[in-house]
Amino acid sequence: MTVADVLLLALGAVAVGAGVLVVTSAHLVRSGLYLVVSLGAMAGLYLVLGAELVAWVQILVYVGAVVVLLLFAVMLTRAPIGPSTDLDRPALPAVLIGGGAGLGLAALFADAFRWTFYAMPEPGTAERVGEQIFGGWVLPFEVLSILLLSALVGAIVLSRPDIGARAAATATEHERGA
Amino acid sequence: MTSFVTAATAVDPTLETFENDIWWIVLIKLVGVFALLLLLTLFTINYERKVVARMAVRPGPNQVGPKGWLQSLTDGLKLPFKEEIIPKTADKVVYFIAPVISATTAFTAFSVMPFGGVVNMFGHQTALQLTDVPVSVLVLLACSSMSVYGVVLAGWASGSTYPLLGGLRSSAQMISYEVAMGLSIVAVFMTAGTMSTSQIVAAQASGDPVQLFGFEVTAPGWYAVQLLPSFIIYMIAAVGETNRAPFDLPEAESELVGGFHTEYSSFKFALFFLAEYINMITVSAFCTTLFLGGWRAPAPITTFWEGANSGYWPLLWFFGKVLILLFGFIWLRATLPRMRYDQFMRFGWKVLIPVSLVWILFLAFFKVARSGAISDTTRWVTTGVVAVLVLAIAWGWPSPKKPKQLSIEEELHQRPPGSFPVPPMDLQVPPSPRVRRAVAERDPVSKEV
Repeated sequence: MTVADVLLLALGAVAVGAGVLVVTSAHLVRSGLYLVVSLGAMAGLYLVLGAELVAWVQILVYVGAVVVLLLFAVMLTRAPIGPSTDLDRPALPAVLIGGGAGLGLAALFADAFRWTFYAMPEPGTAERVGEQIFGGWVLPFEVLSILLLSALVGAIVLSRPDIGARAAATATEHERGA
Repeated sequence: MTSFVTAATAVDPTLETFENDIWWIVLIKLVGVFALLLLLTLFTINYERKVVARMAVRPGPNQVGPKGWLQSLTDGLKLPFKEEIIPKTADKVVYFIAPVISATTAFTAFSVMPFGGVVNMFGHQTALQLTDVPVSVLVLLACSSMSVYGVVLAGWASGSTYPLLGGLRSSAQMISYEVAMGLSIVAVFMTAGTMSTSQIVAAQASGDPVQLFGFEVTAPGWYAVQLLPSFIIYMIAAVGETNRAPFDLPEAESELVGGFHTEYSSFKFALFFLAEYINMITVSAFCTTLFLGGWRAPAPITTFWEGANSGYWPLLWFFGKVLILLFGFIWLRATLPRMRYDQFMRFGWKVLIPVSLVWILFLAFFKVARSGAISDTTRWVTTGVVAVLVLAIAWGWPSPKKPKQLSIEEELHQRPPGSFPVPPMDLQVPPSPRVRRAVAERDPVSKEV
């Protein structure tokens, strides 16, 4: 085992362990922090694999923005300090489904790529990532951006029920005024 | 390792320079950066107090040490010995972690900052920079985005209302201004063609010649000149990102007592204080690196002094530029009132981000046009079409309808039933007895006339 192997295993264990803590912790904000640890360990995995750009973008986007927004939302609605007692979903089905999917996928990948050896590619520089994304993967990239855009528009529509109903609302106001 | 030219010329480090560093050289540089940041923080606090005092025409700290320059040192020594108060409602673990996150990310961000070229340190050739990676600008941005956690968690873990509000404000603010900051840096990436801080400094060493009306003009190398809109957006976003006045809403003392660190005391408070000032120094140093030519001497100096960029001289230019930028920060604080929260958010999302997006688009077009990928006629035609389009849109843009000015009676009439009563509009306030007496006493004078 090389140093890289050991690091990969250790970081993988940290990521999975923190992921388990995210769903088992009864402290809402702390489970958000475990999510940070898990995503940070993922970034560490990318670093070990030599993909520096992806690693730092992972930290920048997921750790620095997504989870902060998540914590922001938790704190806006309610930010209980201490364990929440109403997190009482039955755990067993979740364990079965999550564990089954995880182990099944792991077994599938291990079986599929067990005897295949890949030469370590060149370190993932910004140029290479850019060429890949805007070359071979440009269609998925654009589709994803449209998906995100529609999610954004949808969120605005959902959070502003007054937009569509403006005409009706002004009409009622006029009636009240008269 | 190849022998470097140690004559009086600047030697740009490459990524191999950092791989060849010996461990004790790295250790020296690490301790050096740490000590430097502590000293700079102590200096900046005093600098700020003195400059603000000067602008407010008062003496400022002038008792401790020569001309008061040791004031912040005594403050720093005093803080850890104060009583530590932890609120009963606090989440103890997170309450402890938050200031540590703040201080750690602030220190880490400085590890990729280039202070100078390759120098001779105890017989070894090494760069005046702790480390560099191909994407070191992203490392810096990641550190600054991680520092949000310190603020948010501190606000939440205190278990008190004002800190929570401060933390929420701050997270919204830092995320919003991070977007504008990142977009302004994209222009630098596009121009320099690299994301490594040392390479960006190298790319600003000389401007590229431009054909202008038949003359060959060398454009200045500094990106502050070449990419002026990005520079301005970066400066504004940097002030927002560091929670400094006029954008210091997270700790608005008139509304939130002290914001996220209201419940902190003693050493933990000192860590927040330290982090705030280090962040200020970091964004200034980052700005120097990205836009002001980094550690290279300003333009006229190198023409009559060849060796200005060699050896340890770059430290002088670098910190000179950083101190000027810090002065700008302090100047803003001394002169501008705090913005309202909605104005601030509107400015960030509706002005800064669209402007930087349009600027990046324009820059990309400019780059493609200059690279010779399209012919001259196509270039002029597209430029003309874009200009006409922009003019047409600006002309036809619907101007906001001005609301009809209502008289006071009409406004009163429109108020919903059950509103507070208002005094009659023709109410005459009788003059106070004292005024009446004063007028009466003055009367004989008027009678004489």
